[in-house]
Amino acid sequence: MAKRYIAIWFRHLLTDWYVRKHPDCGDSPLVFSSNQRGRQLIVATSKKAENTGIYKGMAVADARALFPDLTVVAYPPDQELNLLSALGQWCIRYSPVVAIDPPDGLFIDASGCAHLWGGEQNYLTEILLKLKAYGYDVRGAMADTIGTAWAVSRYSSDTMIITGGLERKALRPLPPAALRLDDALLTKLQQLGFHRIEDFIHLPLNALKRRFGQGFILRLKQALGAEREDIIPIGVAPVYEERLSSLDPIKTAKAITIALTKLLEVMCLKLQQEGKGIRTATLVCYRIDDQVVQLTIGTNGASNNSSHLLKLFELKIPSLAPGPGIDLFILQASLVEDVVAAQEKIWSAKGSADNNITKLLDRIESKIGAGNVKRYQVVEHYWPELSVQVMRGGNLSVKMMSEGNPLVKVMREGNLTVKMMSEGNPLVKVMREGNHQQVSTPRPEKLLPAPLPIEVTAPIPDYPPMLFRFLGRLHEIKKADGPERIEREWWVDDGEHRDYYIVEDTAGRRYWIFRLGHYAVDKSQWFIHGFFA
Amino acid sequence: MLTNKAEVIKRLQQDILHLQGFKSKNSEENLLGLGPVEAAFPNGIFATGAIHEFVSDGSEETAATFGFVSGVLSRLMTDARPCIWVCPSRSLFPLALKKFNIEPEKIIFIETATDAESLWVMEEALKCDGIAVVVGEISRVSFSQSRRLQLAVEKSKVTGMLLRSFKAQNIIAGIAKWHISPLPGLSPDGFPGVGFPQWKVDLVKVRNGKPGCWKVAWMREGFVVQEMVQAGEKIELISMNNEELEERAIKKELEQEKVRYKVS
Repeated sequence: MAKRYIAIWFRHLLTDWYVRKHPDCGDSPLVFSSNQRGRQLIVATSKKAENTGIYKGMAVADARALFPDLTVVAYPPDQELNLLSALGQWCIRYSPVVAIDPPDGLFIDASGCAHLWGGEQNYLTEILLKLKAYGYDVRGAMADTIGTAWAVSRYSSDTMIITGGLERKALRPLPPAALRLDDALLTKLQQLGFHRIEDFIHLPLNALKRRFGQGFILRLKQALGAEREDIIPIGVAPVYEERLSSLDPIKTAKAITIALTKLLEVMCLKLQQEGKGIRTATLVCYRIDDQVVQLTIGTNGASNNSSHLLKLFELKIPSLAPGPGIDLFILQASLVEDVVAAQEKIWSAKGSADNNITKLLDRIESKIGAGNVKRYQVVEHYWPELSVQVMRGGNLSVKMMSEGNPLVKVMREGNLTVKMMSEGNPLVKVMREGNHQQVSTPRPEKLLPAPLPIEVTAPIPDYPPMLFRFLGRLHEIKKADGPERIEREWWVDDGEHRDYYIVEDTAGRRYWIFRLGHYAVDKSQWFIHGFFA
Repeated sequence: MLTNKAEVIKRLQQDILHLQGFKSKNSEENLLGLGPVEAAFPNGIFATGAIHEFVSDGSEETAATFGFVSGVLSRLMTDARPCIWVCPSRSLFPLALKKFNIEPEKIIFIETATDAESLWVMEEALKCDGIAVVVGEISRVSFSQSRRLQLAVEKSKVTGMLLRSFKAQNIIAGIAKWHISPLPGLSPDGFPGVGFPQWKVDLVKVRNGKPGCWKVAWMREGFVVQEMVQAGEKIELISMNNEELEERAIKKELEQEKVRYKVS
């Protein structure tokens, strides 16, 4: 069966995208500019800008002189690639094989697809209309070869669907640029007076090859179908999705749970076979009154245990509004990761206990929200406010399991996942863990989020105060330790150092107070920062 | 009066072991190193797998409670089991845990928005058997809610600690009620400075046990307990040195052991 290809040309890809994203940007001509060798050059233009005579490669200053109202937008690097792959993903609904053609095109392998839309004409029109509806100025053509489809989409104005075998005819009136040749070759052809493909298409290939090289012949042959051309289809992320429709609309929590159990069982079986587990999953419920309601859960570690996942969902089922009833359930696993379940037992004999904790934390997180489960680690800062830092709860298992066995610890640390790597150099971390005594001076049990000012009576410089007043109550200081000077970390922020004292009043209550900066008569500022046990 | 203190201490310890008989092999005895305080519990064993209630009034008492609880945690969080700390917003400074030989990473803080949420989290955590202790800073707990917590721990044998405000003094189900307040620090040898943290540990209520009041200090590795001195009596212990203190504590323990075994 003959191959059929569609080439789609986005004439103003970037500017159309920008207008689509910023509907309020007005209708003045729009250009994208980028800094090239110290000059602002135009890299993309809108249709309107083109009509006013602005072209790609023009300096922004020149364009402004031509048209003062010009809207200039900084060019986001590689944006067209991102856009094209997103559009390509979208086009997969029309054919399983879609490739991007930078900087402004797409190829769709339409072989055996068109009849599903009722013929090639309908098929092509449908694609182009949809894209136009999104605001993209597109042209598209269909042919037996990629080369011809590309040429026709860019340079032809009449028929856009080339029937098999008529490539030669379709190419004849087009300029040589339609063959996707480089600029040097095009200039050469221009100089020789070859303004159209028909001027040289009948010449013997040997003669052409001698003068224009192998690349030229290849392009010509590819357009005519004498040489094979392959496209690299964009990959589609595997979709983990299960659907379950019910004959009668479902309203009760019990029935929803049953549906969910079925979906999870099928999904988990699939995931288990692939060694994957769910990190984020969504249950989308289509109600009979055309409303869509959904539940989302997240886990601390990839899980393919259906009963555990069910528990996470069960916590949220009460928040689902079934309305008049649900007739279709779709379970989507939006974030799937490899499961390390098999290894857990190697690291720790108490694997099951750790598992229980991970599952517990999952349940808690899904109820009260991730980010509320925190663990703190000591970091290398002496400044009290900075000296602890939140660790993500998700690292729980790795950390816990490595405890006890120092060898395992180092190996685990060396084996960290990308997520943990980003927290810092693992080597540094190991070193730091060996160095835990870095803060040996006592720290208060209760640290105020921000120091509060207090009034003190301090007898002599660098001596703890005799008494201080805090919240209207006078505290007479009986005993004191200090001062402990903590310097500002100048690479973090600047300001004065603090001289901390641990003081105990007559009733035995212990406080952490400090003087900001050096002693100055009548000018010293004192603060309370914490309470000792 | 004593020729070799170390030897005397050793002998006294041997006596205790003898009195304890085979029970001495069971480390459940004197689990926390709290001697007389633990003896106040039924069978003389600090009750794990139960709900303990701590009341405190003001930041100073809260800090003191944190200190005492951390000391207890350091003894209960053995074999790498973590602790879960449920609170509206974290007020315990994790670095302070180092004083009690606890790695800050081993405490999982869960910050909740409402008391209802805290109770839910606490109950779920108490049901999970891989956890050493669950601490909940929950201001309002009704009797029936506390009963649920008690039922949860009875199954899983996790220890639960409820830190409440002194003001909310309704009765809740739990094995013991504590009130910790700060006392002047313990400085052996009359050493200048604040010294080791010391608290008045008031065991207000304990089911089937003997409530009491003690002076408890934390010295680097463990608790040091003294009987509470009556008001007006001279505090003579400050001048004692470390060894004497230890010896005294052991003697007291010995007496209590004797009393206990005579009774039983």
